[in-house]
Amino acid sequence: MILTRLLRDDRGGQILLGSLLVLALLAPVLNLALPPDHPLHLSTYTLTLLGKYLCYALLAVAVDLVWGYLGILSLGHGAFFALGGYAMGMYLMRQIGDRGVYGNPELPDFMVFLNWSELPWYWWGFDHFGFALLMVGLVPGLLAFVFGWFAFRSRVTGVYLSIITQALTYALMLAFFRNEMGFGGNNGLTDFKDLLGFDLQADSTRVALFLASALALALGYLACRALVLSKLGRVAMAIRDAEERTRFTGYRVDRVMLWLFTFSAVLAGIAGALYVPQVGIINPGEFSPLFSIEIVIWVAVGGRATLYGAVAGALLVNYAKTWFTGALPEVWLYALGALFVVVTLFLPQGIAGLGRGLGTWTRRGRREEARP
Amino acid sequence: MKLLDQTRQLLRRDQVFEFLQPEINPDLDISHRTLLYLEGVSVSFDGFKAINDLNLYIDAGELRCIIGPNGAGKTTLMDIITGRTRPDSGSVWFGQVINLLKLSEPEIANAGIGRKFQKPTVFENHSVFDNLELAMAADKRVWPTLLARLTAEQADHIDQVLATVGLLEQRQRPARVLSHGQKQWLEIGMLLVQRPRLLLVDEPVTGMTHQEMDRTAELLTSLAGEHTVVVVEHDMEFVRSIARKVTVLHQGSVLAEGSMEAVQNDPRVIEVYLGEAGSC
Amino acid sequence: MPLLSRLLLVLLLGCALTITRADEPVPIPSPFEAALPLLLDSKFPVKEQAIEQLAQTGDPRLEELFSALLAGDLYQLKSNASLVMATGQDADLRVMAVPGGEPIAGISAADLKKITLNNRMRGQLKAALARLDLSHADPGRRLTAATSLLNDPGGASRQVLTERLSQETDAKVKETTALVLALMDLQSPDPRARLAALPPLRDSLHPQVRAALTQLLERESDGQVKAAASRVLRHIEGRVHWYGQIETLFFGLSLGSVLVLAAIGLAITFGVMGVINMAHGELMMLGAYTTYVMQQLLPDHIGLSLFLAIPAAFVIAGLVGILIERGVIRFLYGRPLETLLATFGISLILQQLVRSIFSPLNRAVETPAWMAGSWQVNEVLSLTLNRLVILGFCLLVFALLYLILNRTRLGLQVRAVSQNRAMARAMGVRSQWVDAMTFGLGAGIAGVAGVALSQLTNVGPNLGQSYIIDSFMVVVFGGVGNLWGTLVAGLGLGVANKLLEPWAGAVLAKILVLVFIILFIQKRPKGLFPQKGRAAT
Repeated sequence: MILTRLLRDDRGGQILLGSLLVLALLAPVLNLALPPDHPLHLSTYTLTLLGKYLCYALLAVAVDLVWGYLGILSLGHGAFFALGGYAMGMYLMRQIGDRGVYGNPELPDFMVFLNWSELPWYWWGFDHFGFALLMVGLVPGLLAFVFGWFAFRSRVTGVYLSIITQALTYALMLAFFRNEMGFGGNNGLTDFKDLLGFDLQADSTRVALFLASALALALGYLACRALVLSKLGRVAMAIRDAEERTRFTGYRVDRVMLWLFTFSAVLAGIAGALYVPQVGIINPGEFSPLFSIEIVIWVAVGGRATLYGAVAGALLVNYAKTWFTGALPEVWLYALGALFVVVTLFLPQGIAGLGRGLGTWTRRGRREEARP
Repeated sequence: MKLLDQTRQLLRRDQVFEFLQPEINPDLDISHRTLLYLEGVSVSFDGFKAINDLNLYIDAGELRCIIGPNGAGKTTLMDIITGRTRPDSGSVWFGQVINLLKLSEPEIANAGIGRKFQKPTVFENHSVFDNLELAMAADKRVWPTLLARLTAEQADHIDQVLATVGLLEQRQRPARVLSHGQKQWLEIGMLLVQRPRLLLVDEPVTGMTHQEMDRTAELLTSLAGEHTVVVVEHDMEFVRSIARKVTVLHQGSVLAEGSMEAVQNDPRVIEVYLGEAGSC
Repeated sequence: MPLLSRLLLVLLLGCALTITRADEPVPIPSPFEAALPLLLDSKFPVKEQAIEQLAQTGDPRLEELFSALLAGDLYQLKSNASLVMATGQDADLRVMAVPGGEPIAGISAADLKKITLNNRMRGQLKAALARLDLSHADPGRRLTAATSLLNDPGGASRQVLTERLSQETDAKVKETTALVLALMDLQSPDPRARLAALPPLRDSLHPQVRAALTQLLERESDGQVKAAASRVLRHIEGRVHWYGQIETLFFGLSLGSVLVLAAIGLAITFGVMGVINMAHGELMMLGAYTTYVMQQLLPDHIGLSLFLAIPAAFVIAGLVGILIERGVIRFLYGRPLETLLATFGISLILQQLVRSIFSPLNRAVETPAWMAGSWQVNEVLSLTLNRLVILGFCLLVFALLYLILNRTRLGLQVRAVSQNRAMARAMGVRSQWVDAMTFGLGAGIAGVAGVALSQLTNVGPNLGQSYIIDSFMVVVFGGVGNLWGTLVAGLGLGVANKLLEPWAGAVLAKILVLVFIILFIQKRPKGLFPQKGRAAT
């Protein structure tokens, strides 16, 4: 079976998918079946928080795919995440219908507030879930494709690429802050009521969204794993290590970069789309360069070029963030800053590297046997 | 009616559109089966003329050595052939119909020109086997690469080449652990699986022991004939051991061409090159 | 005493009025002195006549008299019905005889009766005073008077003005007077007079002239005048537009100078050393806070503290920079992406540090008086001084840096290391020391840039963050490792931003510039002025 082939050499992946499965089976039971005063009851708040982490984990996988395996350090992946989120947010906004504060059946509240008389053309179609889903992948994908097509063709790589991806997300942030853009300006999109007719506040909807996030993460992980193991994945790593050599070997380096970058952007968009209904808001803050660079540190902490490491890093750093901002808010930025320095200086392989160091001798033996 | 005439011209069935016609170099002399053809090529960097009105013709199946003092333009010449550097003027043709100046590096590689870098460049984190698998001649576009599966035939071929370059025992080891000489061999192996018609080999014996050098010489001479091999080398002893025809570059143009013996006795060459080389 | 003073007064009055002595010439009272007693009359028409007569005398004492009259400082002394001027109150009451100005002692407020005025007289007095100012000895006063007439051309008669114009020597006053006359002629019922009034207006940028012309165009019936007037108005508006462009250019250069200041330190660390320093913005922030602290230490010497802040900021930011280089960056040479992440972490720590020490709120940094205000070039163009100073400061810093890199031993070593590290080391350059010094230099300049920024924007923990992307754009746009490129790119981007602003709005202009750079980099990855060379194999 494909699954066994993909995970044969991937201890981290096995553990990850195993625990995801356990979590997916257990969480609904603990949340829905147990009464709230039961000691093992999983509160909806915690469940939603977990769902949010899973979305971040998928985003981290997307970043790891291009940074860890292709060597492109994107400081703008938050933009793709946010665009996917906005696409979903627009659908949720249309679902509100006439239940908004102004009760306008056609226009979202903020448009009524701005005295707009009709829906802008780019909002058309977002009342259909299918269309919104399409846009969740298409918009980030298209942006990444166009951006990448220009960038990779002219061989903009390394720090230059990092800087212009940062400029990209910065420009988008400024743009989305503008009211005239028609995406709610400062406040973004919020006050969502329901998704596909299900009340977003209901526990069962929350559980379903959590399960969807877990499934998306699992599928995204497997897809990236398959990609990494394929010949294309090895070409990607070859580009990362010796771009020139790969080019003289006959590979269109720019095309490989373009397609992987686009795929990664689509994954980020999907993560964003799952994130928005769970947190209940999307605003231009998601475009901030700080958020994008934070994603990179999740991956770095977990260990770049190991997909499970990216997941672990995202979960760990975000849990730490939740804990710090609750208990010691002023310490969080110190901790995050120190994390950047410590990881780059002392843990270039991340936690996964630590774990690998311990398990190297067993695995080396096995790989020798496994190869034909 | 001019327009009507033009339309008729466009619709003629016995001709293809102009842009569909293969570009053929009218000057290219195929009677000597010329494979690589450089004429009037010049390139300068910030006013420094690295290549100056260079003319070079390589026949199919030939083993050609290119020598010249430092800064003579040897590496730049390789760069021009493989598309890494675009010349300011001149023409470069591969075979009769391929205008190399219009192709990108990967297109040139896929057209059948393989290049070994001066500094051995292999994929350090891939196994030796993977290095060859990636280099192997195949459809190297994105989607076919994504779906590619290694056939038994291809694996055999890779093993064959591994045996040729003497790296069979290292096949699963990462390339980064190889010695300098082994990396040179691996890179030559990567060229071989690419099945190029023309091999450009830049300083292949740096960092090799005498035995390794002998084996390299043997390998390169055995490749000539089926392939065309161009070797750039500093080591005169090595050049003497393989050379049939030698081209001497000096200040970006061809100074002399001929057998090693003839070149060695050319007074101009002695003056500008061998005189200096003697002291090396 | 009262007797004595009264005696004195009588004597004085006698002098002032008509006391004839047989042997003296000029026995007749001057018209000025003759008209004065009329002011004491109780009837307003008589007083009006007196003012009229007085004004026509052109006597040098008129100004003082009229000003006093207008201010209500002229009184009649009840005791002998003589004219006096009195200022101050109660104990400070000072009374002087008019004319003459001899002090009269021993008079209390009760002894005085005010010379009353009506509105008509006030108008008369003001106009007379304006006319007087027009012929004042001080050209500055004349100019003020003429300029005030521009706004209120009815304040003087045409005749007076023509007369003044013929006598005037100061070019500027002459010009303004002619302008007033021309504006008056625009109201003339005679079309020829209106037509003749137009040419002198051509070169004026005064808003009143534009308003008058616009009004004229609305009511003018004569076609010839109308055409000429609209030509003149177009000409003037063209010039106003032109000055508007200059102002935009200035704003652009000013923004550009800030960008250059922010980017130039980065150009060194990024261009020369290949190090991405994401904490560069925070080093600027440190410089700005240094200025703040300096002002807290020297609250009474704002200007001095600013000057002292420049070296202080250079040293503090430079030391922090060296610390960053020695502590973190030197372990990451050759791994630019990791350097980027590590320095970003440092930037977070520095930001939070400042928040902990100075609070997250913005701090106010004062601007010294000589930097406040603006330089009024003409009626439509004024340049703010602080921006002008910072533009100059930016060029100065650039020149200094250029000299350091091209004329000093450190500069030579820096360039050597940046071109070929191994070779430089072989030649005996201590590359580690050079790295630390270069980074310190770049960081120090960031600190100095922070001092300049403190004069333009709020000093707060996010100060650096808002500039880092812009400054990277400048460096990348200009071409890495090229100081001139940084200068041209910074100023160019600043101007482009300001040129776009009028029709795109500030935010959209910024977005457009960013998008432009993103596209530009993809077209020319090495920037405006790339470093050329043979690609190394």
